[in-house]
Amino acid sequence: MDLLWASATELADALGAGEVSSREVTEALIERAEAVDPKINAYLKRTDERALADADAADERRSRGEVHSVYDGVPLAYKDIFVTRGITTTAGSKILESFVPPYDATVVARCDAAGLPMLGKLNMDEFAMGSSTENSAFGPTRNPWDLDTVPGGSSGGSVALVAAGAAPWAWGTDTGGSIRQPAALCGLVGVKPTYGLVSRYGMIAFASSLDQAGPITRSVKDAAALLNMAAGGDDMDSTCLKEPVPDYLDGIDRGIDGMRIGVVKEFQGEGSQPGVRARVDEAFTRLEKLGATLEEVSMPSFEHGISAYYLIAPAEASSNLARYDGVRYGYRAAADDIVQMTSRTRDEGFGAEVKRRIMLGTYALSAGYYEAYYGKAQKVRTLITRDFERAYSNVDLIVSPTSPTTAFKIGERTDDPLAMYLSDVYTVPVNLAGNAAVSVPCGLSDDGLPVGLQIIAKSLDEKTMFRAAYAFEQDLGFDERPKI
Amino acid sequence: MSLDRAAVDHVARLARLDLSEDERARMQAELTQILGHAERIQELDLDGIPPTSHSVPLSNVLRPDEVTPSLPVDEALANAPVAEDGRFRVPRIIEDA
Repeated sequence: MDLLWASATELADALGAGEVSSREVTEALIERAEAVDPKINAYLKRTDERALADADAADERRSRGEVHSVYDGVPLAYKDIFVTRGITTTAGSKILESFVPPYDATVVARCDAAGLPMLGKLNMDEFAMGSSTENSAFGPTRNPWDLDTVPGGSSGGSVALVAAGAAPWAWGTDTGGSIRQPAALCGLVGVKPTYGLVSRYGMIAFASSLDQAGPITRSVKDAAALLNMAAGGDDMDSTCLKEPVPDYLDGIDRGIDGMRIGVVKEFQGEGSQPGVRARVDEAFTRLEKLGATLEEVSMPSFEHGISAYYLIAPAEASSNLARYDGVRYGYRAAADDIVQMTSRTRDEGFGAEVKRRIMLGTYALSAGYYEAYYGKAQKVRTLITRDFERAYSNVDLIVSPTSPTTAFKIGERTDDPLAMYLSDVYTVPVNLAGNAAVSVPCGLSDDGLPVGLQIIAKSLDEKTMFRAAYAFEQDLGFDERPKI
Repeated sequence: MSLDRAAVDHVARLARLDLSEDERARMQAELTQILGHAERIQELDLDGIPPTSHSVPLSNVLRPDEVTPSLPVDEALANAPVAEDGRFRVPRIIEDA
């Protein structure tokens, strides 16, 4: 068995059958990282010793027949936005360069309890603000498919590692597309669950009403399995939903015959690269072949999604990031008085994009502009939610491209923040409305780079979403790999 | 929509960002461009549309008021840039009378 490219589900089966040990799997992945990470810069911190100790413990449990879960011993890596007890957590920022958290995020604690060895912490745009992972204070991550291009962002380290065969799965976070867009750009499956499905406890906050954690994998079943592991109520996050969580693997292979799927009228046509358009159109045809009925749905408010998002998310960020004041943790600049100390700490500790968003958000919330910007953006959010509700009275799912382009060149958009923001045009409406979506690979564009299909479900209808994604994945049989 | 330099200075002060001259100039141009794009929502008729602050309607989430262990002081202070006598140490805030 090829330990680098096997899915997490296949690894779990092999571990269960005694064909391989967790130590063998973990060592193979560490060796792979040793070879590829100098090229892609996916890791901010490798935790090799911890991973091997976790693996040995998993093997020992299995020898006693006391596994913690079916996936006990299948290694995992985390975006460096999830706090890990005793392990540096930076959120890609200089201001947290030496921050060692005193507790584990709920996502980490639950995967730990399931027996998943921790491989390490992954690169990201600083505080998850970006669409290319070029905003990391610790250097950009590169796309394994073409090292001159970006992996997408902000979960760029997570996708690069999984796409390069150095981990079967990883956790990311998605505030405006930060799981789905990089998954699309690296040929992976990336899920943005319904807001509130996965606890945000210990996930360093960017925009609290939009942030959601989700799995990044090479297969739809793996994504469903990883979501199973972490989803569900948490007393440490008051916004985490208490409803019982269904088993997302149960019935995943039921197919989509008879399903009604909406195609977003406003996302048709000129907005995407021709190579993206072609693959996505073929994907629509494939869904019809599989028995779904496609119909056009109009979402007139979506064209204002980017405007609303880039007021709401920075507004929430400007408030959340007020905590980085040089007092309790993180970087502190030298100064004689407290205001100077805080202002210098923040100027020296934050990167350009984070400062830009703090300024934008502070402005949108400031006296005299609150109603015109933040207030109106919140009303647009209502309109977008209503567009979804109207569409879902006729269809079960909605499909669109995930990203208007394939992976772009490193440096191509760094001098033009607005162009970078427009990368998120197809993904932000879902965060604003709070429902669920997945990006699944739908082939390679004529430039040889992956294209993603976005499948959008109603809130808490992940089961239908996974069913469609799985049917599509199985029929397409996408098995291309980057040559790295 | 264009943002003047005084507005940039005002917002930087509110946000506690000691931006350099270069940063202020660049911020003025970039924020003007971004707000120009966001300006499109000003054209929408939003009268009578309620705002959404959160996609999940939640009222206050309460729990029993029970004392549970909290972070020990030494762990809470472990990441502090400067700590002293079980407290965070900061530069002087209030001047002598």
